Amino acid sequence: MKKFLALALALVMTLALAACGGGDGQKDGGAASGAIKIGGVGPLTGDAAIYGNAAKGGAEIAVEEINALGGLQFDLHYEDDANDPEKSVNAYNTLKDWGMQVFLGSVTSTPGVATAAESNADHMFYLTPSASSTDVIGGVANPLTGSVDTPRRDNVFQMCFVDPNQGSASAQYIKDNNLGSAIAVIYKNDDVYSTGIYNSFVAKAGELGLNIVSTTTFTTDSKTDFSVQLNDAKNSSADLIYLPTYYDANALILTQANAMGYAPKYFGVDGMDGILSVKGFDTSLAEGVMLLTPFNADAGDEATKSFVAKYQEKFGEVPNQFAADAYDCVYAIYNALKDEDVTSGTSAGDLCGILIGKFTSMTFDGLTGEGMTWADTGAVSKTPKGMYIENGAYVGMD
Amino acid sequence: MLIFLNHLINGISLGSVYAIIALGYTMVYGIAKMLNFAHGDVIMVGAYICFFSVSSFNLPPAVGVVLAVLACTALGIVIERLAYKPLRQATSLAVLITAIGVSYFLQNGAQLLWTSNIKMFPSFFSASPIELFGGELKITIAAIVTVAACVVIMLGLTWFTGKTRMGKAMRACSEDKAAAQLMGINVNATISMTFAIGSALAAIAGVLFCSVYPTLTPTTGSMPGIKAFTAAVFGGIGSIPGALLGGVLLGVIEIFASAYISTQMSNAIVFAVLIVVLLVRPSGLLGKQVREKV
Repeated sequence: MKKFLALALALVMTLALAACGGGDGQKDGGAASGAIKIGGVGPLTGDAAIYGNAAKGGAEIAVEEINALGGLQFDLHYEDDANDPEKSVNAYNTLKDWGMQVFLGSVTSTPGVATAAESNADHMFYLTPSASSTDVIGGVANPLTGSVDTPRRDNVFQMCFVDPNQGSASAQYIKDNNLGSAIAVIYKNDDVYSTGIYNSFVAKAGELGLNIVSTTTFTTDSKTDFSVQLNDAKNSSADLIYLPTYYDANALILTQANAMGYAPKYFGVDGMDGILSVKGFDTSLAEGVMLLTPFNADAGDEATKSFVAKYQEKFGEVPNQFAADAYDCVYAIYNALKDEDVTSGTSAGDLCGILIGKFTSMTFDGLTGEGMTWADTGAVSKTPKGMYIENGAYVGMD
Repeated sequence: MLIFLNHLINGISLGSVYAIIALGYTMVYGIAKMLNFAHGDVIMVGAYICFFSVSSFNLPPAVGVVLAVLACTALGIVIERLAYKPLRQATSLAVLITAIGVSYFLQNGAQLLWTSNIKMFPSFFSASPIELFGGELKITIAAIVTVAACVVIMLGLTWFTGKTRMGKAMRACSEDKAAAQLMGINVNATISMTFAIGSALAAIAGVLFCSVYPTLTPTTGSMPGIKAFTAAVFGGIGSIPGALLGGVLLGVIEIFASAYISTQMSNAIVFAVLIVVLLVRPSGLLGKQVREKV
């Protein structure tokens, strides 16, 4: 009996391991043998899995569409990093063994910094959909200290806004539209994304003379109770709360502020996107919330409609901006390579050279912006759209 | 002063949730002498079951809670049978590692079943908060229910372990398993019972935790689980009133530390207090001093 139980236990463990492995290495089949191999790394399991799976889903749809067109073919392969820098580098190496020619980057910033350093040494082209920290592309000065912490990595480009742009654009937006006379900021200080935006927001707010009355923080380990942060904002009579954080925390902040009878205005960044699709979230709480985001799933243009419909059909959810960014990444690579003489035999280094040349000279229209261009810095230039939430849907501010 | 009271109420409410979770830890440790690190994840499973029965099957919240309790009780017994019982004679380290394995198994299982997308737990206590001092001080119904549930559960468990036959058997197992067996107590059944009760409590804790802090993900249980474990050690692991005291103190210290010292340092301060307490009273605030015979 004991042996049987031990055996059953061993079986359960094996299954558990197999289940862990199940998320990795799902190939997007159907590509021709001459296809360019594109690899991506993102958190497909763990806390941040929603971002990794969204990016993977968006990229898959783009690859399917492109392969259906004939001509240049792509073969897509995603590996899981569980939002861990070490696993991310391992996943990157696995992809290199598979024969990856172009790297679709890490989805999240902290692992993104690690894989950026690796890929730079390999001269592998790296286009990330959403790792927005300046340390990913490198070469950008910290707005508070003025020093450049990481040298520019010439192979790395971003599809998302770089964090400081979001912070300073938010401050400018708040100033221009006179949105708040007393501003509270709640940010997540163990996260490069949130602190990056916060730093540039504060620097710009100082320049513009915005009145920040309360600044409080939280971490991954303390993202349940926001009563202290909200009380601080309330007692400082803040009428606008700036939230450079992801929507999971924001949903809690909004719910808890409502429970304590505090109703300020809220201003978020692209991480706020997704709050309306949280299952069970009372969207009336988000009424009037403002955010800067590159992508709006409710937009009326044909490209967005078709993408949203395909995504919903395939995954049963409304795509967020991570999915749209990854979709754009694949199309940007496609646009850059479609007129070039490249095959599955072209080396990653040669592709990298071609892509760097193309990216710094081309203009790209995608779901997350029109007329996008990339500077030598690797940062994208596109205009954030100011949105606010009305009747449970995003509406453009302008 | 009002702000102080506000923080105090928030702290007690947060602490009561820790306390209910800590009761599960302390029961299992007290009787089976093992740290069930999967306890936090049972909380998460309970919250998911309640969430789906209410939001997908439109059952009333009370039925959702009962279903969650039943499912978690069954889960607790199954985990104990499959993962811990074969290791009854093994070293405590082996059991500890197994518990961590079970914890990961539950987290990844939940992610496969329910995806990692966050769910907003519905609010069961929609009644407006009680207002004092002309609306300056608000006490939410959820906070009152949590504190009340915590005290009731603590009293119930104290009565159960003190007065009932099963409770006495549990205490006997806790003191000396071999002697208890000689006295005709079925040790395995008693330990299974302990897991059943601990997991039922976890389900209630999950529902209460998510009513106050409503984001639900497969990792929802892990941090409160660790905090509650800390609370159990703080109050004296194995002691039922100790779990309550430890939980509430931990919650209050956490809120005060972030309110009056620094939001960044709150966890560091909580654990610093724990270290100081353990230096002065190595077995926790209400823990029994056990003298080792040499």
